[in-house]
Amino acid sequence: MVGAGETVRLVKVNAGRGLNSRLAAMGLVADTKLTVVSNSHPGPFIVTVKDSKVMLGRGMAHKIMVR
Amino acid sequence: MKKIVVALAGNPNSGKSSIFNMLTGAHQHVGNYPGVTVEKKEGLCRHGDYEITFVDLPGTYSLSAYSTEELVARNFIIDQRPDVVVDIIDSSNIERNLYLATQLIELNVPLVLAFNMSDIAEQRGLSFDIEQLSKLLQAPIVHTIGNKAKGKTELLEAIRRIVEQRRQRHPHIVHYGEEIEEEIERIEPLIAEHEPELAEKYGTRWLALKMIEQDSDVVEKVHSRDVRHAAEVSAEHLKKIFGDEPEIVIADRRYGFISGACQETIKSTVESRHSASDMIDAIVTNRILGLPIFLLLMYIVFFLTFRIGKYPMGWLETLFGWAGATITGFWPAGSESAIKSLLVDGVIGGVGGVIVFLPNILLLFAAIALLEDSGYMARAAFIMDRIMHKIGLHGKSFIPMLIGFGCSVPAIMATRILENRRSRFTTIMVIPLFSCGARLTIYMLIIPAFFADNVLLRAGIFTIRTQALMLWLIYLIGIVLAVVCAKVLRLTLFRGETTPFVMELPPYRMPTGKSICIHMWQRGWMYLRKAGTIILGISLILWLAMSFPKPPAESLRDLDAGQSRQAALKYSVVGRVGSAMEPAIKPLGFDWKIGTALLGAMAAKEVFVSQLGIVYAVEDMEKGSHSLRRQLQADYSALQGFCIMLFCLISAPCVATIAMTRQETNSWPWAIFQFVALTALAYVITLAVFQIGTAIIA
Repeated sequence: MVGAGETVRLVKVNAGRGLNSRLAAMGLVADTKLTVVSNSHPGPFIVTVKDSKVMLGRGMAHKIMVR
Repeated sequence: MKKIVVALAGNPNSGKSSIFNMLTGAHQHVGNYPGVTVEKKEGLCRHGDYEITFVDLPGTYSLSAYSTEELVARNFIIDQRPDVVVDIIDSSNIERNLYLATQLIELNVPLVLAFNMSDIAEQRGLSFDIEQLSKLLQAPIVHTIGNKAKGKTELLEAIRRIVEQRRQRHPHIVHYGEEIEEEIERIEPLIAEHEPELAEKYGTRWLALKMIEQDSDVVEKVHSRDVRHAAEVSAEHLKKIFGDEPEIVIADRRYGFISGACQETIKSTVESRHSASDMIDAIVTNRILGLPIFLLLMYIVFFLTFRIGKYPMGWLETLFGWAGATITGFWPAGSESAIKSLLVDGVIGGVGGVIVFLPNILLLFAAIALLEDSGYMARAAFIMDRIMHKIGLHGKSFIPMLIGFGCSVPAIMATRILENRRSRFTTIMVIPLFSCGARLTIYMLIIPAFFADNVLLRAGIFTIRTQALMLWLIYLIGIVLAVVCAKVLRLTLFRGETTPFVMELPPYRMPTGKSICIHMWQRGWMYLRKAGTIILGISLILWLAMSFPKPPAESLRDLDAGQSRQAALKYSVVGRVGSAMEPAIKPLGFDWKIGTALLGAMAAKEVFVSQLGIVYAVEDMEKGSHSLRRQLQADYSALQGFCIMLFCLISAPCVATIAMTRQETNSWPWAIFQFVALTALAYVITLAVFQIGTAIIA
């Protein structure tokens, strides 16, 4: 779990093939910097990726591994 | 005059539509891509001796085969071979936007890159070495500011130069690393040998890459077993090396290339970003404040659409009333001419029935354009998603459903904000279950007729009265049925995982008046042209069925006006069908009078009331609702009254709704399905309520 304001690097996305590819297209590829803007349980996550703000459903966010 | 076709590609929120509007102004045409419900916008522009048709492709992040939009965009580029493709790029978010550009370059299309919103990029302290970047990407780059209409001539010039040059480029700008390149080289000659036609059309490198990615659409097109097998082996091999899907590794490499290109050519001087947007988001997506703010905005949308819309609707009704009276004036008083009836009741009534929705639709789409252009729509989806997700719908589905309480016609049109087909169709199917304003007139007739307004409960300042409770109950039944039906549809006909919730939150922007006007105009025109003609057609047929055949004149001799109208209706096709179906509706507690009125209600729900007035030979409907209520009380029980409301709530959407469903699903079968399924549902539920109710009372 990553709190608001933290910056992490993406390791891998473990969703289905289609979703993996969609996220990759949106810039969520390995080694990308992600900054968590909001993590208000139980709502979705908001992260910034390469100058854009992306909202991830909570279930979705669990499938993204970061370090 | 040379005619050329230029396609506009780009990410969602890249300002693509503002560029499209800048280039084409109001000369736009909205339709659908064949076979799918993805919207296709086309527009014309003249430049020098070129007549350019601009095609606005759906906004996408990539050109994979995973979404209909991406496939539509890709197939348009490959199959229609536009003379130039312009990729609109948000200059303040360059890396993510260039991802699509790399794919377009690989498709080897004549490409122009429009670096849009360059003013915002400048504010953020970004400076570009355009010459160098253009060399790296092998495509000309033009700066534009779509919403301020800057860069139009430069963009058109760049398009013209590309058309006239026709120079050859090398489409493999991205080097995917030894392992992947080796596999590409292995598959390319196989494709050239076994699939020469495909190779000619798509290029071997692109096909090889897509085969390694195991792109479902390309794999389907390739019939050669050798190629398929080789690609599968390659994909497996790469998967082992990288421990990830090849397509993810490929995406990774593309971003690597972009990142390298940007490092060399883009300088950033200011660090702070998004600050204003972040501040607004902290408030509107706040856990506690988010929902009230959303509901307040929704109230404003509803208010704007229906309360403000009431005034132009009133003017239009007056206008049509005046037109009817004027035409009636051409005939001597009291004469009954079929032509007069056709003109006044058929044509003017029908056209009026179409136009009367227009103010609602225009205002609603102005509100939607405001929500979308400002960037709030994405946040609205975010706020409602948790609740809507439970019934298998998207957060944005809430908006059309809410509009449904005003009128199903604009509500169904509003489902355009939903990208996912399954969510969209499910929402369309259940919208008629939200009690619209027209049905309120039916409840207002029936409830006072059968339910005395007793105080049921008094607690402090709150009192619950019977009539209010009945009205509330009817609305609630509609909502519950809609939720249940949506859930059932998502589990059966529209099965499939709910779109995983990933969505970009675009930065907040000030909407421009021009864009809102174009949006309103397009929706209004589309409504008139597509749905309007169908509504008019069906209304005319219904009018014919209600007016013909005419009873013989001598049978009307001793009757007053009310009685002769009653006789005429009873003699008409509708009256006869109404009587004929009495045995079928008897188990619901209905007789031929209700049946006839229900048939009339198909034209528009509120017609039920006036039809009932005719059936009961009420002289003047304006003053007649009391006498009509008294007659209803004499003929029916409270249970029957309730069943009438229940049936009107659920059954047979009106012709305008049917026409709208036909237009928005782009299919008659779905419109007919909705009609039949809702009517069947109404029949079953009303039957159960009436039979069980009768048993309990007895």
